Amino acid sequence: MLRPLIGLIFGIIAGSFFPLDIMGAYTKLFSVVLLVALDSVFGGLRASVNKNFSDTIFISGFLTNALFAAFLVFVGDRLGIDLYYVALLVFGFRIFKNLAGLRRYLLKNF
Amino acid sequence: MQRIFYGGWSITIVCAIIGFILAVQFRQVRDSQATVPNQRLEEVSVRLIQIQEERDELANRLEILQRETNSAANQEIVSELKIQACATALEGEGVIVKMDDSTRVAKSGENPNLYLIHDDDLLRVINELKAAGAEAISINGQRLIATSEIRCAGPTLSVNNVRSSPPYEIHAVGDKKSLENSITMRGGVAETLKVWGIQLEVTASDDVYIPPFKGTFKRTYGKVVDEK
Repeated sequence: MLRPLIGLIFGIIAGSFFPLDIMGAYTKLFSVVLLVALDSVFGGLRASVNKNFSDTIFISGFLTNALFAAFLVFVGDRLGIDLYYVALLVFGFRIFKNLAGLRRYLLKNF
Repeated sequence: MQRIFYGGWSITIVCAIIGFILAVQFRQVRDSQATVPNQRLEEVSVRLIQIQEERDELANRLEILQRETNSAANQEIVSELKIQACATALEGEGVIVKMDDSTRVAKSGENPNLYLIHDDDLLRVINELKAAGAEAISINGQRLIATSEIRCAGPTLSVNNVRSSPPYEIHAVGDKKSLENSITMRGGVAETLKVWGIQLEVTASDDVYIPPFKGTFKRTYGKVVDEK
């Protein structure tokens, strides 16, 4: 549990001092990538407590999900349809599902 | 318990990405909520202070100027200058010259322009009046000042950049006898214009009214220097 927290803190510090401004067009992209990352982390934690965590699956899953979500945002912008809601809903749903798995494991074991 | 620590560096990296995005978004939202109105507030308050200073300065200047101009001698100079600059209305003895286009119809082959009033006809009348000592002149209610122009503007006449059409009424204040004579003298303007049938009528009067100059006095290029 320690290393993810260290990573999180490191990211927050980097983000606070990084001179980056998200322009209006990219806010959707960032929100989707944020959800994908959250989902991946919860998925990874759940997998690790279920003892079937794999670095390859974790990273490839994160990258594919992020890329496809970004693609949905891009296409949605072009078509004038808010397709990125799809990604937001699915990943939000999955985050809660993974959280539920984690909770079950923790309740069973402690 | 050992298994929970298992999530390797990959999770750490993704966690770092989450933290990064969270921090950037957080900072941006805070910036857009807090600093934009603050910036505006600062801007407006700086402007308010500036304008207040400006107002105080102007009020001071007004007071000083008013104190300076309150003396009787200054008042006299100011009113005299106003009269000389044609900024005041005048009334006095003088003449009223009425001019209109010719009633004659141009014969075929003749230039119809000859039977119309042109700017140079008016200029000649004005010139005669000035030579005879006119103190103030106006054309169709436009006061002639040093920079007034008299020129054709299509079928109309432009004086002080205001257009008017015939008939023209020239008011001039001055010695009415000499003014009248300057126009009607033998071989003078009236006689020349009569050849073309242009109507010209001079009336001497004891109370000719001349309006003030209503435009703005512009001085962009001239600099005041000592006489050489």
